[in-house]
Amino acid sequence: MKVRIKKQNELLTVYLCGELDHHTAEPVREIIDEEIAKGKPKVLRLDFLEVDFMDSSGVGLVMGRYKKLREYGGAVELCNMGQAVTRIMKLSAIEKIAKIKE
Amino acid sequence: MKSTNMMKLEIESKSVNESFARATVSAFASQLDPTVSELSDIRTAVSEAVTNCIVHAYRDTVGKIYITAFFTENKTFCVRIRDKGCGIEDIEKAKEPLFTTAGGERAGLGFAVMESFSDKIKISSKVGKGTTVTLYKKICGRDDA
Repeated sequence: MKVRIKKQNELLTVYLCGELDHHTAEPVREIIDEEIAKGKPKVLRLDFLEVDFMDSSGVGLVMGRYKKLREYGGAVELCNMGQAVTRIMKLSAIEKIAKIKE
Repeated sequence: MKSTNMMKLEIESKSVNESFARATVSAFASQLDPTVSELSDIRTAVSEAVTNCIVHAYRDTVGKIYITAFFTENKTFCVRIRDKGCGIEDIEKAKEPLFTTAGGERAGLGFAVMESFSDKIKISSKVGKGTTVTLYKKICGRDDA
């Protein structure tokens, strides 16, 4: 899985690309957490447009980042989730902790 | 039930094998001419089952994961994922969404996803002996889609 990072003021956008599973989630988590620690963004936006596959590890990734941002009043947004990604996210009622954008 | 084709795969419980396992099972399932969505469901359910073996069954060790896939004349695709790991003490509890004993970043959704993405799942487990999960998925295929 590849990630691309874009910073605009207090918004940190992470573009995820490839397959997100238990194996690939770990390095992605490290990259995102490093950016969170550096910039303390108000909003972390995860973009799923180029995610070809995701299992429940993706939900774990969102939950973990939510906990981190909540500590200082930040929020998580999810965008461009396809049908398959949405279905898995909904199993965990993720909309309670993250804003889902089109 | 008469099996019309089957395959076996044996892998080590290393996380790098998760994508290999789901891709292999999905390539085999392609013989039934499934829809993109059916194939995606199989990939997802298999990924959860294999991840469970790695994260739970063989938590502090590396062991073997045995995967058998077969399909029957009525186009039911079955995948059995077996390990010889620690076993599950309380299966009902393990199936509860958001329950996990793994901590860290695990969402506790493994069985919930398997149930949602398969038509039926069977779990049998013995503490200290291992766990077998069987996933069943009826393939309607592209003709009927």
